[in-house]
Amino acid sequence: MNVATEPVLAVQGLTTGFDTARGRLVAVNDLSFSLARGETLAIVGESGCGKSVAALSIMRLLETPPALILGGTIRFAGRDLAQADEATMSGLRGAKLSMIFQEPMTALNPSMKVGLQIAEPLMRHRGLTREAALARAVEMLDLVRIPEAARRAEDYPHRMSGGMRQRVMIAMALACEPDLLIADEPTTALDVTIQAQVLEILRALQARMGAAVILITHDLGVVAEVADRVVVMYAGHKVEEADVASLFARPRHPYTHGLMRSVPRVNAPGRASGGRVRLPEIAGIVPALDQRPPGCPFVPRCPLASARCAEMPPLAEHSPGHWAACWHSDAVGQAAGAGHA
Amino acid sequence: MPVISFVALRVLRIVPIAFGVVTIIFLIFKAVPGDQATLMVGATATQAEIDAMRVRLGLDRPILEQYVSHMFGLVQGDFGWSSTFRGNPLPYILARLPATLALMLSAIALTIVIGVPAGVVAAVHHDRWIDHLLTGFVVALLAVPNFWLGLMLVAVLAVQMGWLPSHGFEGPASLIMPTLALAARLIALVARMTRGVMLEELRKDYVRTARAKGLEGRTIVVRHVLRNAMIPTVTVIGLQMGYLLGGSTVVERIFAWPGVGDLLLNAIGMRDYTLVQGIVVVYVAGFMLINLVVEGLYLLINPRLRHA
Repeated sequence: MNVATEPVLAVQGLTTGFDTARGRLVAVNDLSFSLARGETLAIVGESGCGKSVAALSIMRLLETPPALILGGTIRFAGRDLAQADEATMSGLRGAKLSMIFQEPMTALNPSMKVGLQIAEPLMRHRGLTREAALARAVEMLDLVRIPEAARRAEDYPHRMSGGMRQRVMIAMALACEPDLLIADEPTTALDVTIQAQVLEILRALQARMGAAVILITHDLGVVAEVADRVVVMYAGHKVEEADVASLFARPRHPYTHGLMRSVPRVNAPGRASGGRVRLPEIAGIVPALDQRPPGCPFVPRCPLASARCAEMPPLAEHSPGHWAACWHSDAVGQAAGAGHA
Repeated sequence: MPVISFVALRVLRIVPIAFGVVTIIFLIFKAVPGDQATLMVGATATQAEIDAMRVRLGLDRPILEQYVSHMFGLVQGDFGWSSTFRGNPLPYILARLPATLALMLSAIALTIVIGVPAGVVAAVHHDRWIDHLLTGFVVALLAVPNFWLGLMLVAVLAVQMGWLPSHGFEGPASLIMPTLALAARLIALVARMTRGVMLEELRKDYVRTARAKGLEGRTIVVRHVLRNAMIPTVTVIGLQMGYLLGGSTVVERIFAWPGVGDLLLNAIGMRDYTLVQGIVVVYVAGFMLINLVVEGLYLLINPRLRHA
């Protein structure tokens, strides 16, 4: 593999579990994917499917115990992060590897001025003086389009709206121009109009800095808008992976198909006549960590389930780069989903 | 600007509170059973002496008139006629105040220097041996009454070892034992409080954000968590001021400390109602002043209050 195509991040067989009173529970099971420079990968799934645990495993931000990485490798910046010690990780975090979180209201320190919070990684990793770092923090606030950046840097987080705080988080995460940014549901807590602004800022800065982005979301609208490639996770497993166009053109896993069907649309059949249409949903919920069936975990909720599904289907490549783990992937969207795909 | 109006508002708010509290104290002393004049002149006094005392104390006048002249007197610094001092007791109370203040301040200082770090260390090493050890100490300190601790300190450090003076005020060394006796319980409370708050703060999202920036454990605790944890801790220290005032009375008696608390116990023994009432008024004023300082500290620590 030559330098140009060498991935920024290569996750291979990542398995993360929690030691609990009910024994060891596996939250992420044999997850593999890789990410090229400047690429945006979306990881999609419902709450509890393991996407946040996967992200926190890469950042090594899970509390150990109870969480621990049970297997696999996380190749990044010439190292295996799965084996890295805390000193190595704290040297990488905020410098080459950054993360922004879902809750902008609580992710910032309420008793520290936002300018200083953005300046901290610069002081830590770039060795900047407090003054130089604060000056750079104002530039970053300007980059994330916060008006009157110099004055705003002196504000405490409670003086800012959710959208502004999330922009502060982005400024903080990108201050040291990392190679990889993990954004865990960055717009979920925000109003729709603010969501679009924040995504646009994220995309512009990514283009400018050339960072690869892992975008964790359950919002397929966001995925369609910003992702290059998509990994669909269910109950800790990767069940499908494809570039964004082929995924939306032809999902190969019934779970992906169910997610797509449950997105509300204005021009849904029946709407034109003024009637109300019940939004198709995926019946049931993601099974709890200790209640996962053997074989394919989606069986209890799957319209296509058959006896064969008691055995875990392997990931199979259906077209170049489009992988799915389902025995019935050819039937997905054909019968049950007629009129939608 | 908002800071100034915040302070002004709270200073102004003290006035009606002080008025109400002083009125209640006046009524309580009126409600005390028995005749003050009889108690003050003693059992062997003649009726003429008792009547003279009644006139001197103003007890011959209607209660409303007594109240009005009492309030006017307080405003002008006239606390009435004390049998102990044969006149206005205020200068004598104020003369005792520095000793009590020194004791309280050194107890608070010791509390902050020992209690806060102990709580932080216990929280950072949550559920490890040092946490269990410190928590054990805290429970022990909370269980020990301050008069017992004071007596034990005197018995061991002063009488047996002869390291420290057992009573009175003979230079800074005299401050050590009374401070320990007074601060012990507060140290334990603050350590426990700090530990609990720190554990709570350490679980918050902003700590994870700080880790995601690459900051290391000590930096996160010192720069991020401690300040947020101090907000409730300052509240607890402020609320315990009342305990310190009460505790100082007992501790001052044990160590013959020349403070207001010692004077208060003497006044009760002498049935000097005017003096007791005067000391209570001074305590109330002090307590309200302390609360004001604590609120000022909130402003300093918690930026969210500054714009409220």
